[in-house]
Amino acid sequence: MKDFGYTVIKQRTIDYDQFDGRLLKEVLEMEPSFKVCLSCGGCTATCSAGDLVSFNIRRMNLMLRRGETFELESEIEKCMLCGKCMLVCPRGINLRNVIMLIKKSILKFKPAKT
Amino acid sequence: MHNHVEMHGHASLQKKNLYMKHIVIIGSGIAGIETASALTDAGHWVTVIEKEVHVGGKLNNWTYLFPDFTPAEEITKPLFSKFREKDFSFLPNTEIKTVIRNNNKFSIETSGNQQLEADAIVLATGYELFDARRKEEYGYKIYDHVITSFDLEQLFKPEGKLTVAFGKHPKRIAFVHCVGSRDEKSGNHYCSKVCCITGVKQAIELKKRIPEAEIFCFYIDLRMYDKHFEELYRQAQEKYDIQFIRGRLSEASENIDKSLLIKAEDTLSGRPLKMNVDMLVLLVGMEAGEGTTTVARTCGVSCEESGFLKTQDSFLKSNFSDQEGIFLAGSCFAPMSVHDTILHARSAAQEVNDWLKNNN
Repeated sequence: MKDFGYTVIKQRTIDYDQFDGRLLKEVLEMEPSFKVCLSCGGCTATCSAGDLVSFNIRRMNLMLRRGETFELESEIEKCMLCGKCMLVCPRGINLRNVIMLIKKSILKFKPAKT
Repeated sequence: MHNHVEMHGHASLQKKNLYMKHIVIIGSGIAGIETASALTDAGHWVTVIEKEVHVGGKLNNWTYLFPDFTPAEEITKPLFSKFREKDFSFLPNTEIKTVIRNNNKFSIETSGNQQLEADAIVLATGYELFDARRKEEYGYKIYDHVITSFDLEQLFKPEGKLTVAFGKHPKRIAFVHCVGSRDEKSGNHYCSKVCCITGVKQAIELKKRIPEAEIFCFYIDLRMYDKHFEELYRQAQEKYDIQFIRGRLSEASENIDKSLLIKAEDTLSGRPLKMNVDMLVLLVGMEAGEGTTTVARTCGVSCEESGFLKTQDSFLKSNFSDQEGIFLAGSCFAPMSVHDTILHARSAAQEVNDWLKNNN
């Protein structure tokens, strides 16, 4: 087919009706402390990886809750599991376990790349 | 002269006959004094017990009050004159040792071995400020120019000096919100309510004194819950160029010139942020404190998980402890502003009065 150079622009809106919460549900069941994140960003401020690459551990929570599973998979690869985020967290969230749980479960729930 | 109550002496005997009931109030901060004067006005005999030498409690150490910069003296002065003018007994330097319930009365033994018989007790034991040394990552008492909101308030007094290294004015100052509040690592999961607006107030006050300074507030949420608070926040942005960054500080470290390197995430841009400042102000939260805990234990009153005292019902009975006849006034119940403390104290007086009428 002739390529006229037209594309269909993907909607930027978060379509919550399309949200697949299976990964989030599994992570929260295994690590309930992750429910109480108040998005203060202390974790990201002290993150050993975040200084150098665009890794934002606070956003992991959002990505899970907005179903950005595909992006999440490459994001968590940047974590070095040093655990400084856990020292800083005012709500005592076991972030290292969260990363490990996502790593374990993500393949089950990852959507096919479009 | 075995006790101060007897010292007021000639009046004491008359009091027992003339007055309706005897109420013992523990604590002579704004809550204690306000409750005492309202109950005295209602015709009761009131004894106020204070572990310190002076009346006034924590407010004695404050310079200006939010949200309108009222000098704290304007609140304490009328309070102290009530204290002088009203006819109630005051036991300074005194703590309670035991409280025993005998039918409808309480027998109280004080640290000065005085015996008091009370028909009702009001706990107005107040709060303590969070000890910022417990958040070691912010370096309070380790680095020279990390201070608390309490320390800054002292610098606003006429004798206070707002200088950092080499006697210079700080050029850049950062405030950290929620220090010792909303923080399970320091044992306090609750919000202390008043620090947000204290930060805004102090930032403005600093800017007025050092107009060339850049001032930043690092916050998680800004809780401008009461009348005129939001307006003050707006003024801070509009008139005083205070900059608000949404992110909680992870740590501070001292540079060789005694300035401080601080780190936070600028959560709204989603990137880590670092900045050098000349002064760091920690907005410390409120805790129930040792005084309140000890008195609660002596009286058999329950504390909540936060350490603040438990009430029978936070809507309709917020002045009632879980022990019949023992009432709560002010910030021993929850963190609260001066404004709310005065109201809570007045309602305590009302509740005590009603309870005494109906139960004795």
